[in-house]
Amino acid sequence: MTAQKQGMNRMAEPLVRFEGVRKAYGAAASGYAVQRLDLDVEKGELLTLLGPSGSGKTTTLMLLAGFEMPSEGRILLGGRDIARLPPHKRGIGVVFQSYALFPHMSVAENVAFSLEVRGVPKPERARRVERALSMVRLETFGERRPAQLSGGQQQRIALARAMVFEPPIVLLDEPLGALDKALREEMQYEIRSLHQRLGLTMMYVTHDQQEALTLSDRIAVFEGGRIRQLAPPRRLYEQPENAFVAGFVGENNRLPGTVRSHPEGEGRDRAIRVMLDGGTEVLARPVDAGAPGSRCVVAVRPERVAVAAILASEMGEDALSARLAEVIFQGDHVRLRLSLGDGAEVVAKRPVGGGMMPEPGTLVSVAWDPAHAHAFAAGG
Amino acid sequence: MAAGVATPLKARLAAAALVAPLLLFLLGVFVLPIGAFLFRAVQESDVAPVLPRTVAALSAWDGAAPPGEAAFAALVEDLREARARDQQSGGGEVARASARLNADLPGFRSLLPMTARRVAAPFEGEARAAVLAISEEWGAIAPWAAIRRAGGPVSDFNLLAVLDLKRDATGGLGTAPPDEAIFRAILWRTLWMGVLATAICLAIGYPLAWLIATAPPRAVPWLMAGVLLPFWTSLIVRTAAWMVLLQREGVVNAALGALRLVEEPLPLLFNRGAVLLAMVHILLPFMVLPIYASLKSLDWRLPRAAVSLGASPARAFRRVTLPLSLPGVGAGCLLVFIQALGFYVTPALLGGANDQMLPYFVAFYASRTVNWGMAAALSCLILAAVAVILAVYGRLVGFSRMRPA
Repeated sequence: MTAQKQGMNRMAEPLVRFEGVRKAYGAAASGYAVQRLDLDVEKGELLTLLGPSGSGKTTTLMLLAGFEMPSEGRILLGGRDIARLPPHKRGIGVVFQSYALFPHMSVAENVAFSLEVRGVPKPERARRVERALSMVRLETFGERRPAQLSGGQQQRIALARAMVFEPPIVLLDEPLGALDKALREEMQYEIRSLHQRLGLTMMYVTHDQQEALTLSDRIAVFEGGRIRQLAPPRRLYEQPENAFVAGFVGENNRLPGTVRSHPEGEGRDRAIRVMLDGGTEVLARPVDAGAPGSRCVVAVRPERVAVAAILASEMGEDALSARLAEVIFQGDHVRLRLSLGDGAEVVAKRPVGGGMMPEPGTLVSVAWDPAHAHAFAAGG
Repeated sequence: MAAGVATPLKARLAAAALVAPLLLFLLGVFVLPIGAFLFRAVQESDVAPVLPRTVAALSAWDGAAPPGEAAFAALVEDLREARARDQQSGGGEVARASARLNADLPGFRSLLPMTARRVAAPFEGEARAAVLAISEEWGAIAPWAAIRRAGGPVSDFNLLAVLDLKRDATGGLGTAPPDEAIFRAILWRTLWMGVLATAICLAIGYPLAWLIATAPPRAVPWLMAGVLLPFWTSLIVRTAAWMVLLQREGVVNAALGALRLVEEPLPLLFNRGAVLLAMVHILLPFMVLPIYASLKSLDWRLPRAAVSLGASPARAFRRVTLPLSLPGVGAGCLLVFIQALGFYVTPALLGGANDQMLPYFVAFYASRTVNWGMAAALSCLILAAVAVILAVYGRLVGFSRMRPA
């Protein structure tokens, strides 16, 4: 139970390994739902598959659960190839979208089901069901029917049911999709704490990037059947490896421009010069931007955009001048909509009470740390 | 406050008035005619108009010994009047009464008309001696008891008869003589054939419903049409088609003969197998449709969840899919079984003498012997069987679960 982060040791044998897995539906000509997937899941980690619908994340989960068979490749669980093993012989726990609790059984019978089919004797079954229910803080609900529980309670029962037979890994397929926002956040913390307390390995599918950032040890961002980036949440957010990830995870200002120089500097200071279409030249960290002369996009997070009520010429060479178009109060922060001269728009976030707020209509200057501006190849 | 109370009442009255036409319609075309027909099972109207004095004289009789002179005198007077009326109008009152009494006590069909004829001429002395001189049978208890049983405005004679029961002279219950006791056997046969037809329909219908429920959407209309096709032709046409197929020189025998699989044509028709085959063919849609509906509304993640928890597909079916589709199975079995109890044409055309079910005997009594009392009593028997089955189903399963989950 203390093993929670040992999985982060990259040298250890991974718990689950996808090796060159492809999945085609129908004729291969119609494309792959999953193309050449190589992915390791470490023991004890919570790995999230994040992506828009149809990106292959749920297919990947179902391949591991055994409800889909790969067209090519191997899936290893603890070193054993399970790609052709029927799902009931895999011993993997699955939490389904909208819970899939058995409506004709009591909560306790639902949780005991996996133990019953494994022939666990009754007294032990009862003990383990009780322990699983107390783990999700629903120990007094055993006699009820699923229909008598709230959505959050049903979700916790589904979790208990998928964990009670101590599977090596628990798969969760958009488990919180049916819950309202407040309950969803509460359940996120609950899942996270269960994961940490029990040292469970979990693979979690969601299309909600906020949820992925809150929960995960690592996030795999899917698009069009491929993984576009696999990284811990913070790295993913601050150092996206391509424009898709930058756009999909969190909010970004996207400013088109042209590359003007080769990279200069080392490490964190490595930067290129980009001429924005508005006519200002800025520094940005090159990610996959091309050679000088090629089109690119500079992405900057709104919270990294500094706004000052002075003229850009006084602020420094990389500052842009802008007109403050709108100030929107959002409770925990204030959003500033700024229009640049050429019609492009930049959004900045400021904490509430963060000093003097300029009036809409004033000319201001806008700047950012080049380390937080990422230059991607245009159209990527 | 008064208005607040009056308005819902008014609304309720208005609602009642709106459904009133439908209620009256149902009452007029459904409840009243069927009720009137079923009432004939207990109605006694053949004997009392012919022998009013006799019936009155027997009302105080204890049935332990043959009645006294008063009853004999009443019988003589009644028969003289009835005979006179019959001769005058050309009617058959005496014949009708004797037919009814004959059903209770064989021999009455000749005894009563003969007695009526012989007492018509005036005679001297006691009526008792004169009647006994005509036939010694009047000296026994049985004929008088039969007249008394048939004399009331209502009696349980027919209802007991369809259960192979009979009252003796003192009114005690006893079993009917073996040559009349056929209805229990027919009731069991009817129920047994209903059970067989239901079981076969379930065995074929569940996999079929499963197939349709899991078929790709493109194939569903075609499969559905295949199931519903039997609805588009009349029951008699379908039954007749089976006759064509199964008869001695029919399609099946011709094919088997041509393939040299059989030497002699097989006796496929006029046996229970043929009846069941056609019944299943006709009733199958009533089994498939409710099961299909309950499988269709099933969340397919549930069996998947069961499999992910370690249950083999067979076990997932047994523990999850099957229990969740039981409401459809129950509804289908109920529909098929109740309809099977009412099958008449199919056994009549495809079955032998030993394959006839209760409805055949309803038709027999209604159209061939014009014994409406027995026809109605047998109908009551079918109705009671259905009521018992519904009650058992309601008790075991509950009707609220019958709609697909």
